[in-house]
Amino acid sequence: MNVTGVEEEVHSHTEHALWRAGNGACAGCGMSLGLQWVDQALDGEKPTMVVPACCAVVTPGSYPTTAFGVPAVATTFASSPSVATGVSRVRQMNGEDIPTICWAGDGGTYDIGLATISGAAERNEDIIYICYDNEIYGNTGGQRSSATLPGARTSTTPAGKHEPKKDIMAVLVAHRIPYAATLSLAHRDDFLRKIRVARRLRGFRFMVMLSPCPAGWKSDPAEGIDLVRAAVGCGLFPLYEVFDGRRYRINARPDGTALEDYLSRQGRFRTPSFDHAATRAAIAEQWAYLDAMEAAFPAGPREGSDVPAAPPPPPIAPEANGPVTGP
Amino acid sequence: MSRAYVTGNHAAGHALAAAGEANRRARGCCGGAYPITPQTEIIEYLMAHAFARGSVVPVESEHSAMGVCIGAALAGARAFTASSANGLLYMMENVFAAGYYRLPVVMVVSNRTLGPPWNIWADQGDSLALRDAPWLQFYCDSHQDLVDTILVAFRIAEDLRVLLPAIVAQDGFLLSHTQMVVDLPEQELVDGYLPPLDLPHHLDFGRPRMYGGMTWPRDTQRQRADIQAAMDRVPEVLDEALDDFERSFGRRPVSAFSAEQTGDADIVVVACNTLAETAREVVRARRAAGERVGLVRVKLFRPFLRQALVDAVGPASRVAVLDRNHSPGSGGIFWNEIATSLRSRPDVVLQDYIVGLGGSDVAPAVIDGIIRDVGTRDTAADPIFITEAVA
Ligand SMILES: Cc1ncc(C[n+]2csc(CCOP(=O)(O)OP(=O)(O)O)c2C)c(N)n1
Ligand code: SF4
Ligand SMILES: [Mg+2]
Repeated sequence: MNVTGVEEEVHSHTEHALWRAGNGACAGCGMSLGLQWVDQALDGEKPTMVVPACCAVVTPGSYPTTAFGVPAVATTFASSPSVATGVSRVRQMNGEDIPTICWAGDGGTYDIGLATISGAAERNEDIIYICYDNEIYGNTGGQRSSATLPGARTSTTPAGKHEPKKDIMAVLVAHRIPYAATLSLAHRDDFLRKIRVARRLRGFRFMVMLSPCPAGWKSDPAEGIDLVRAAVGCGLFPLYEVFDGRRYRINARPDGTALEDYLSRQGRFRTPSFDHAATRAAIAEQWAYLDAMEAAFPAGPREGSDVPAAPPPPPIAPEANGPVTGP
Repeated sequence: MSRAYVTGNHAAGHALAAAGEANRRARGCCGGAYPITPQTEIIEYLMAHAFARGSVVPVESEHSAMGVCIGAALAGARAFTASSANGLLYMMENVFAAGYYRLPVVMVVSNRTLGPPWNIWADQGDSLALRDAPWLQFYCDSHQDLVDTILVAFRIAEDLRVLLPAIVAQDGFLLSHTQMVVDLPEQELVDGYLPPLDLPHHLDFGRPRMYGGMTWPRDTQRQRADIQAAMDRVPEVLDEALDDFERSFGRRPVSAFSAEQTGDADIVVVACNTLAETAREVVRARRAAGERVGLVRVKLFRPFLRQALVDAVGPASRVAVLDRNHSPGSGGIFWNEIATSLRSRPDVVLQDYIVGLGGSDVAPAVIDGIIRDVGTRDTAADPIFITEAVA
């Protein structure tokens, strides 16, 4: 499936693309596509990538080659936000406006790096942090993380995980950071807009992307984008953004897609312990919460526009500015 | 020079700040700060300092303090921090990383006992636990030595022939919280001594590279061999740095070792940090009583300059090592290094004494007893634990 369009494909194969061809990511890896979309959203601007131990450190290839076409620091597992703090502080004190992007897995974000990301968020460091969440430790062969869904089988939860998925957005939103958003690989305009919005803001900006991982999900590599679309459509992965940790906007609402549509195409959910009713209840509860938050604390009409506010305000295409209503 | 009556921590804070400030002509300075007794006043000093081009980040852990140093150094800044004891162990993963990235970070350590049980007093087991990290390690015996060595450490660490981070250690409380009159070098002099940092492998958009990505065994072997080669170049770089220091500041800090009255000694005591200070007094008293006793003070622990140690020990036939540290199942860590160095001297009776653990007092009488003990030995025994009660 051609999701990026010809222009972008050419762009992603140029030597100075953020994420170049020839990398070793598995076929159908969401991380790989996500990196290319980040590159496109930055419109040619080159960031510094700060990447903790995860698939994004292994798949660029071995010394002396790398798939990263921009400077990339491979840090220790828990350290991308602290290393990025150092990079970004030095850039700021030298008057350089270059985005510093942490690109980390769910293990590096929800688990071992949680204190570090909390510290950087609390200090409101000038960092864009993107978590590609494949809900598993992919790099070490598929162990559970606190992002793994309950009921999902991993190599350390052979009968299915018992605990709920950690609500990392709520954790980061509670830090009152300028921007927090979820990213979908099935909603390209929304994805690119959010990266651009984040780029224009200052301070700690957090985004989490549901990242298909055929190896860990036991799914068909060709189906990754469809699976993400189903996850958004059935309400399991809500698309929304939060400004200053206070003002909410939902970007896509459940469209009636059946939960089964998402689950049945992934081997990881074929466990006796998977509880469909409980999962549906958790989705409903999550939406009740998000709806209530958006109703009580709505984002302003211009917040989240990917077009500079002033001066002069250029015309804004409705689909680029307003809520995305599904694919 | 401005003479001031200050604590070791104040002196260290001043030296780090002056070194950082000196890089305002380049990309400034940056570091992470996290408190732990007995180094806390150092990071407080840095947080209070108004840098012309600098940023000290009050992070949420030591692991992140070193993380900030790594990012800052890669972005071209002069980077520093300070820590002690459990803070160092918590930081350890990134301590190794900073060295493997070949970043000239300087870290002051106020040596403290590792816990639990919690004990804040001096013990060198904390920085010595990092002995296998790709870092230089200096041990200081006075406030002046601390200030001077911090500046020298930046010079060597940033020298392209070395390009490795450096620890500068002082004994917690014994130096960190006691006051002495110190020459605190003025900024102008430090500016002259420390050239602007130009890290050859800083983040560069013209030459996008991946730092710390995957390597195969062959390349990793080469990286480790490069680090050893850099360590091997430290002596020449240290000599130059000290010559230059003398020209700039009018005094010369001790190099790798100081040999004191060892030329004709029968018995030599090897010690470092404030233990060497106490031992110096005892050795002087023994000399006055006509005994041929000498002292070797260990200043540079990494790299450990084996031949220089042999030369410093001189002709003595008995050597007593004072170790304020303990490697369980082995013995004193300095003793292990010295035993390796003295392979060429099988005639020497080398005895290890583990003293002052957990900050227990090592009074002159203890060292006196040790000198008496080693004098009676014809063969060495296993490392001997000296406890306060026995002494
Ligand atoms: C301190 C430390 N503990 C463990 C590891 C081993 N390790 C490397 S990557 C990884 C899992 C990464 O999972 P995640 O962050 O979700 O990224 P993914 O592999 O899924 O891309 C683990 C456990 C490590 N490198 N460092
Ligand atoms: S294991 Fe998963 S996350 Fe890692 S490269 Fe393969 S598909 Fe991507
Ligand atoms: Mg993962």
